[in-house]
Amino acid sequence: MSLPAEGLVTDATWLTLGVLGLLLVATVVGGVLARVVTSEGARATVANLRERTRAWWWMCAIFGGALAGGAGWSALLFALVSFAALREMVSISPTRRADHRTLFWMFFVVVPLQYVFVWIGWQGMAMVFIPVYAFCFVAIRSTLTGDHRDYLARVARLLFAQTICVYFISHAPALLALDIPGYAGGNATLLFFLVLVVQLSDVLQYVWGKLCGRHRIAPHLSPNKTWEGFVGGVVSATAVGAGLWWATPFAPLQAAGMALAITLMGFAGGIVMSAIKRDAGIKDYGDTIPGHGGIMDRIDSLCFAAPVFYHLVRFYVG
Amino acid sequence: MIAGLIRLVTGVRARWIGCEPLTTHQRIYFANHTSNLDLPVIWASLPDDLRARVRPIAAQDYWERGPLRRWLAHRVFRAVLIARSGITAANNPLTAMEAALADGASLVIFPEGTRNQDDELKPFKAGLWHLARKHPEIELVPVHLENLNRILPKGEVILIPLLAQVRFGAPIAVVEGEDKDRFLARARAAVAALAEIDELAPTEATP
Repeated sequence: MSLPAEGLVTDATWLTLGVLGLLLVATVVGGVLARVVTSEGARATVANLRERTRAWWWMCAIFGGALAGGAGWSALLFALVSFAALREMVSISPTRRADHRTLFWMFFVVVPLQYVFVWIGWQGMAMVFIPVYAFCFVAIRSTLTGDHRDYLARVARLLFAQTICVYFISHAPALLALDIPGYAGGNATLLFFLVLVVQLSDVLQYVWGKLCGRHRIAPHLSPNKTWEGFVGGVVSATAVGAGLWWATPFAPLQAAGMALAITLMGFAGGIVMSAIKRDAGIKDYGDTIPGHGGIMDRIDSLCFAAPVFYHLVRFYVG
Repeated sequence: MIAGLIRLVTGVRARWIGCEPLTTHQRIYFANHTSNLDLPVIWASLPDDLRARVRPIAAQDYWERGPLRRWLAHRVFRAVLIARSGITAANNPLTAMEAALADGASLVIFPEGTRNQDDELKPFKAGLWHLARKHPEIELVPVHLENLNRILPKGEVILIPLLAQVRFGAPIAVVEGEDKDRFLARARAAVAALAEIDELAPTEATP
């Protein structure tokens, strides 16, 4: 990767300062709220808020470090995220003894290979490896033991998990290998833009929902999502995304459109991952991240947003 | 450190649903058995102070094979090894378990007696009944291990890194006038019931 131009160094500095500012504000607000609130329910909410904020500091530090480290470290980080997400999702999806070896291949061969393709920038292979080769492999491998009970359901679950947790998520670091005319060396900002907008949209939907949420969108799937939170979060996260156009290869309006697409797909991803949880009868995918739940609970909104953003970027500016 | 490693590999979450992880009570934890990992995972999922007071009951024929297993069984898990076949008065499993209880240890036992590959629990062996009747003061805690049969099923050597879960239920005891079969059926049902718990049922609105 070529050295970033001087202007981009300043961009990265500004973006970093922006994130630090947000974290500081969240930390201060959490501290003040902890002193102010009295009711039992509010205390629990604030405690959870502060726990989440502390986890955010860590997550931002790790993501920022990987981003600064370049394509290799970013691919490694997302490979670990995919591995953990796959682990969480397969853990709640019933499989049979016959799938044991299939799972071995998925965890220890498909995940690393996909991220090697992403890391070395072999875009063509990274785009077809899972939907074509790994798909066929998983379907075939699970037949080899001769156990046909629930075959389609079992294999469908595995392929779904593999697509969501590995293929879709890998589109985020794949942004680093996109060749955008006149934007060489700035791709890290694209990945930053995606992750910032999608996570900020989550946070803002939560905040708006807490402040003025009344009407639930999908009470059976995700009881905390409200229309007020959804509209407030989408609009404000889109505005932030649009305001960052200067750091991206997009024109201001284009940046707004990209941010809108990211927030909408982020919302959709959250609802879908929630439906899977409800189906399995669980509340969280795990407890890896204090206050947030499992890895999948944090990246649910990234699952659909990453591939859609990747292809929008390729289509419009690639 | 070994406990930490086991927790990392199996991602095990301990859920204390029917009781607290107290060191003040002497207990017998009885669990379903599907994998060779069951014993290490239950052991690793306990809090440190509790783990130091617990002795798992394990099969001699398996854990005495090879220096690594022997070291793990004796030095790490501090297991009470019992014979599964050729039982005589000299190697009666109950004698060893009684001795451990007399030392003040809590026990972990797998009353199915062997690793189960079916969805349904096997009938429980009588050891639990004998211990329960002789020591009514000891709490009998049902435990359900989830996903271990998928992480390392019987006959497999490759571990799949799925997330294990250990659920600890409410203690049971022999009730007045209960016979052996009734009690064992009830104990078995207590473990089976832990598998069916729906986390979403009690609290709907938490984020």
